[in-house]
This record gives sequence, C-alpha cells and structure tokens, in this order.
Amino acid sequence: MEHGSIHESHASTFSLADEDHTLANSVRFALNQDPRVSFCGYSIPHPSDAKVNIRVQTTGDPANEVFKDALQDLMVMCQHVRSTFEKAVVDHKTTSESFENMSIDSK
Amino acid sequence: MSSDTISELDAHLEEAKKRIMNMPEVPMGKLPPHLQRQRTRVFCNSDAPTNTEGIQYSGAYASMGVDNSVRLDQFIKNFKVEVIQIKHHVDGNVYDNFMEFDMIGIDAALANAFRRILISEVPTMAIEKVLIANNTSVVQDEVLSHRLGLIPISVDPRLFEYMSENDTPNEKNTIVFKLHVKCTHGRLTVRSDELMWLPNGSGFTVETDPYSDKKSKPKTYTSFSCSQDSLPEFSDNPISLTHSDIIIAKLGPKQEIELEAHAVKGIGKTHAKWSPVATAWYRMLPEVELLEEIEDQLAEELVEKCPVKVFDIEDIANGKKRATVARPRACTLCRECIRGEDWENRVALRRVKDHFIFTIESTGALPPDVLFTEAVKILEDKCERILSELS
Repeated sequence: MEHGSIHESHASTFSLADEDHTLANSVRFALNQDPRVSFCGYSIPHPSDAKVNIRVQTTGDPANEVFKDALQDLMVMCQHVRSTFEKAVVDHKTTSESFENMSIDSK
Repeated sequence: MSSDTISELDAHLEEAKKRIMNMPEVPMGKLPPHLQRQRTRVFCNSDAPTNTEGIQYSGAYASMGVDNSVRLDQFIKNFKVEVIQIKHHVDGNVYDNFMEFDMIGIDAALANAFRRILISEVPTMAIEKVLIANNTSVVQDEVLSHRLGLIPISVDPRLFEYMSENDTPNEKNTIVFKLHVKCTHGRLTVRSDELMWLPNGSGFTVETDPYSDKKSKPKTYTSFSCSQDSLPEFSDNPISLTHSDIIIAKLGPKQEIELEAHAVKGIGKTHAKWSPVATAWYRMLPEVELLEEIEDQLAEELVEKCPVKVFDIEDIANGKKRATVARPRACTLCRECIRGEDWENRVALRRVKDHFIFTIESTGALPPDVLFTEAVKILEDKCERILSELS
C-alpha cells in the first residue's frame, strides 16, 4: 500500500505486509543506487507485526515509479545471480568429475 | 552586496572549482586510493574494526565527481561465483551435504537476504501432526511428537502443496509415516528407520456413528485419491528419512509405541523443523597485508603468533628469511598477529566488503546448490508480488 500526497508525488511511504528485513534491506540497497533518490529508509514499526514501511523521497520523479524501478532492478540482479550460480555449479561438477576420472585412469 | 558582486563571486568560485578539478592530482571518475580502500574494505584494528558500513548511496562521492551508483550492466559484468566444493554423499555413518562457494561483487544487503531466505523461507516437509494410538513409553506424547517433528525427511518439497487450515489431507499435501514398536524383553532403542512410509495414507479409522451406513468404506484421517507410490515422481524413488539412526525413544520391557506421523509442507519462519539448512552462513574474504619487510627473528615470531598458520617463511639471499602471507583465506581475524607493541604497524588485517565466502549445509531435503537457486527465486517472487500489488 502506498501512502503519499496527491499533490506531491515525489515522496511516498510504501507499507508492505508480510515482509521483513530480507526484502526491505535489499530494496533499500537498490533504491540507494538510483541517483534519482534523495532519501530512502525503512522501518519495522513493531516487531510482532509482519509489516515494513519503506520511505522513498526523490529529486522530482514520482516515488512510485522509482520504487518500482528499484524492484525491477533487484529482480534483474537476482536473475543474473541465479544464472551465474547455476553455470558455476555445472562447471564445478564437470571439472570435478573429469578430475575423478583422471585419478581412476592413473591407477 | 549588490547582485553584480554576488554573481561575480559565483563566477569566481566556479572558476576556482574548475581549476582545482583540472589539476593532475585529482583523479576524475576515480576515488583516491585511501577512500577507495575505505569504501571496499573493513579495517580490523587491534582495538575495534572500522569502516564496517557499506557505502550504498549513489551520491556519496558526488562532490568529487565520482559516481557511486552500481549500474546494472556494471553489476552483471563484475559479478562472479566460484564454487569451492560441493559434498553430497552418504558414507556409512558419515553424512556430508554441504557446499562452499565465493560470491564476488555483490552487496551485503543481497548476500544477507539470500542467507535469511535459506534459513527461514525455503520450504521443506516435516512431521506436523502425530496421531498416537498407544504410548506406554517413558517419553511423553508431546515430547515424542516434538522429537518426530525435528527428523529431516528426504523428499523434494516442490512436489507438494501447502496445506491450509480447511484443506483435507490428501496425497498432494501430506506424507504419512507409521511407527509401531514393542519391546518384548530387555531394552529397545527405537531409531528413525522404524518409521514406515504409508503411500496409501492413514491406516487409522475415524470413529463414526455406529448407526450410520455400515457398508461404506471406513473413513481414515486422510483422503488419498491414489497411492503416492503410483505417482511417477515417487514410484522408483520412495520417500525416506535422511538419517536412519536418529534415536526417537528407548523402551523398557512391555512398553509399546503405536502412532502415525503426518508430514506437511512449511517454512522455517513458522518452526525451525522446516528449515532446509543446518546452517547457512557467509564470511567476508580476509585480506592480510605486510606493511613492511618482516625478516629473521620477527618473521619467526609472526609465524608462531598465528594459530591458523596464515604466514610462511621464505629464504631470501644471504641466508636471510622473510615472512610471507601464504594462506590469507584461513585467517579467522583473531588479531593475534597485531597484538603487542608495533605489530599493528607491520601487519594490516582487512576484509573485502563485496567478497562473500558462502557455506550452505543442507539437512537433506534438497542438495545445497538447489537450495540456493530456490532462495534466489523466492527473493524474485517477493519483488514480483510487490510490483503486482502496486500496479
């Protein structure tokens, strides 16, 4: 849910249910990397509520758009991490297999 | 002051700024080495670590003309994964199931998100309901149930659905195990291999109204529409427990346990029994630098100081010896080598902020490499969920 002003779209607070530091801190990182962001931060109002508030203030662009771009960037990063990781695992498995075969041959 | 003088002053300042920025000492687009080091390293001094925070803000060095934002294409170019080892085998009583890999060029925010998700949000199957028909052992029902819940089950949770409160247990959301043991004489140790998988679901019948239709099939605690071992994913790969030698209870003469355990899908956030990892952790890459040549007596002293043998001695000309950093990765940052007079001026200990040595120990439901890809997918799903909620 977005809490913002009708007149000023450059600053908003996004209230996310069922999320915690895992997402909020990652999104804050992604937001901080964006030069359009002048301020961002998050808070968990109460430890027993599964809820985080993420504050986004921009230099002029709509906060909503900037926030969505940050999420989009985060997704692209994750996809890249996954594909790189999968490739590294396959590479490792093939090289370690060929290494094992080599030691069998030398016996 | 008139506006003329102000604009003149401004122009003057602007001119001065230009002149400074054009000096050969000002590296454009690049941070001076000491700031670059503060940005990328944690300094481990003898009293306390410094520069521990990550500098994430894109405009942190804007006044120096340096852009600190991580562009996606830059991230994609620089990000690297190096697998160190994957162990996934059972050898008698030794059960190895872990992997170690290096993640290079990523912020701690993301590395930590993956770690948190691995521990508390990747689903597995675990025993949640225990139907006890008979328990005359000294282990109380609730203690016994708790112990059963913690036993890891070796089954791919992706083949199952979550069971919500109003769902009836069926072959897609429940795995049923049966335990029936009786001690005839002496002592009997009940181990996890006594738990038998019931692919047809519960064998216990629900007591119903005796006057109702007696011809209908007796109702059990589950309603499986087909046997689980007839499903292609389990037909040649029966569901079992990861370990066969976990002690569940000890029975004395004539004591008996008869029960059924129903396993469902869940996440570690609800209860640690659903956590797919024994632990998942990372550490930043240690960096050890010798700030001056350390020779002879001092070199030997340094090698002696380190409990994990980070340093070695090499022979240089004229029978002299010199200390070298041979195994920086083994460094635990115990700071023993910078303790004592002057040692802090000879050795510098640092950690590389964007290089993570990640270790995942799986409990056996999924191999550790699959767990990591699942964790990354979960973070993607979270982003996608929020995006769809906002638009």
